[in-house]
Amino acid sequence: MAPGMSARAGSSFVPVMSVVLAIVVLWYVGAALMNMAWEKSVAQRTGTSPSTMAMLSNTMKQERPVLPAPHQVVEEIINTTVKKKISSKRSLIFHAGITLSSAMLGFAMGTMLGILLAVAIVYNEALNKSLLPWIIASQTIPILAIAPMIIVVLNAIGVQGLLPKAFISMYLSFFPVAVGMVKGLNSPDTHYVDLMRTYSASRTQAFFKLRLPTSLPYLFTSMKVAVAIALVGAIVAELPTGAVAGLGARLLAGSYYGQTIQIWSALVVASILAALLVVVIGWIGTWVNRRLGLERGAGAHG
Amino acid sequence: MANAAMTRAFAYRPMERLLLPGASVFGIISVLLHAYWLTGLGIAVAALLSFWLLTKSRLSAALVTGYVSAAAAWYLISTVDASAPPAGFWLQVVAAWLLAWACVEQLAAIDTLSTLYKRVLGIAIPVLFGVWLLILWELLTRGLDVPQVLLPSPSLIAERFASSTATLWADFKQTFLKAVLIGYVIGCTAGFVVAILIDRSPFLQKGLLPIGNLVSALPIVGVAPIMVMWFGFDWPSKAAVVIIMTFFPMLVNTVAGLAAAQPMQHDLLKTYAASYWQSLFKLRIPEALPFIFNALKINSTLAMIGAIVAEFFGTPTVGMGFRISTEVGRMNVDMVWAEIAVAALAGSLFYGAIALTERVFTFWHPSIRS
Repeated sequence: MAPGMSARAGSSFVPVMSVVLAIVVLWYVGAALMNMAWEKSVAQRTGTSPSTMAMLSNTMKQERPVLPAPHQVVEEIINTTVKKKISSKRSLIFHAGITLSSAMLGFAMGTMLGILLAVAIVYNEALNKSLLPWIIASQTIPILAIAPMIIVVLNAIGVQGLLPKAFISMYLSFFPVAVGMVKGLNSPDTHYVDLMRTYSASRTQAFFKLRLPTSLPYLFTSMKVAVAIALVGAIVAELPTGAVAGLGARLLAGSYYGQTIQIWSALVVASILAALLVVVIGWIGTWVNRRLGLERGAGAHG
Repeated sequence: MANAAMTRAFAYRPMERLLLPGASVFGIISVLLHAYWLTGLGIAVAALLSFWLLTKSRLSAALVTGYVSAAAAWYLISTVDASAPPAGFWLQVVAAWLLAWACVEQLAAIDTLSTLYKRVLGIAIPVLFGVWLLILWELLTRGLDVPQVLLPSPSLIAERFASSTATLWADFKQTFLKAVLIGYVIGCTAGFVVAILIDRSPFLQKGLLPIGNLVSALPIVGVAPIMVMWFGFDWPSKAAVVIIMTFFPMLVNTVAGLAAAQPMQHDLLKTYAASYWQSLFKLRIPEALPFIFNALKINSTLAMIGAIVAEFFGTPTVGMGFRISTEVGRMNVDMVWAEIAVAALAGSLFYGAIALTERVFTFWHPSIRS
């Protein structure tokens, strides 16, 4: 009943764990219910009538279940990561590595582009008024729709491999960085800007000594968003090339051949990867902010 | 109106000092290189005239640059089909572009107190920028003879758009009116309702919020193949992807919004002896509206992406994502661009409609009033 209770400090470990547990239980129930139809049809075809318990336990070990049980997915992930050589085409680490490398390349390019655009926008009023509205409008366009075209067209002129996928990740990730950095570069108080003026600091000095450091918390906050969508971009970019390699290719191949366990394990690995990336960027951000003595700033909008 | 802004001491802005002389130099050289003399000379004269006019009134200077650059662009586009344009032509393109850039700089530098005037400028500047992007695209693709497979010119795309409206409409109906809208409404409503339900349980909130935040960073589009397997090729599977993608942003934002009311406001309602539901509907949901609309806006983009990407995993032979992936395969890139234009148009109208609704419902909020 009390307002704002979610914001109150306190351990959320127990609540989160109970929700996770509830999800796992629901998942098992769902798997049992959704896979039951298949067991019933098998029983009917073979003319046997196994007990409900036998059918229930069978729903947990189908080869192509409608919904694989969690332990099946975990097993598949262990089989395709720890128990396979990394160079093997069936190793999920191999595929995740391919997706990760293009996502990282695109993320790096997108971050650079975003920062450059933000600096240009902050220092040029005309760009602020003409370019910024288009950058924002570009996000109402489903950019991922262009992904297959970019891949195929670049393929047609001989650009293959990492770069086309990285372009899509870049296109997706430059936006949050650009918008966040514009906000960040404009964030110093008027006091500080005036102080710089009394020191008769040049624009370059004011940029490197005031605007850039104060913008860093904003940069890391938006980089967390950017790295997550860079990964999405890389995964979607792998779809139109016809399932050669990468996590997106695993998804597509799985959907072609009805390998649900493969789809789910690719999905789980992609999610773990995304969570790890966000956490790592968060750590770097906290570390940098602490070194710069900006902890309070980071907390305010992190 | 513009003169009122000119009372301050006049100074050229750095970009104006670069762009206008630059445009006139390029214009004159283009004439010396035997390009069509009227365009080159016109640009040069206009740039100098505008440079002089700037000391009188920025608006009239901008009108000169804007008008002449538009006329030059029109002439250049109408002659670009002449095979392999000479160097003088490209110089004129650059000169006209610099002139248009100067026009944007001048318009952006106008400071005025009239809100109407400000609003008109706020629309005119980005529109001018966008139009010039299209002009340069048209000139470059046609002048450099870029293969159509690589990048068709805007005019070709427009032609294809006009000639295949029936197909585009069918795809729009399948993807937007069915999958996106239905999924969006269900997903957003579900997120909102669950947020209200867990509102009374701090335990559930503590448990669900971190998970909701985590999920919004995950590549959820990846569930598309699973949904296609469960719900078939037609639009329900796409709507399901949209529901999953829109649910969590709505949940997280609504929960945050419901906690946004100040303790003072709560105390006031308590002194009124307001019940839980009264304070929910009279205070907390209105206070949460900016957060909810934020989620609605984020979700409008996510919904489009979800529906289109889900179609890459299998569809009946209609739909925007289906059309894009098959026409790419046939190298009909102009059709793909026409489809992207539809998606862009639908996406921005969708977003715009939500933004307008937000203005109506949250007129009291500081970000709208200012």
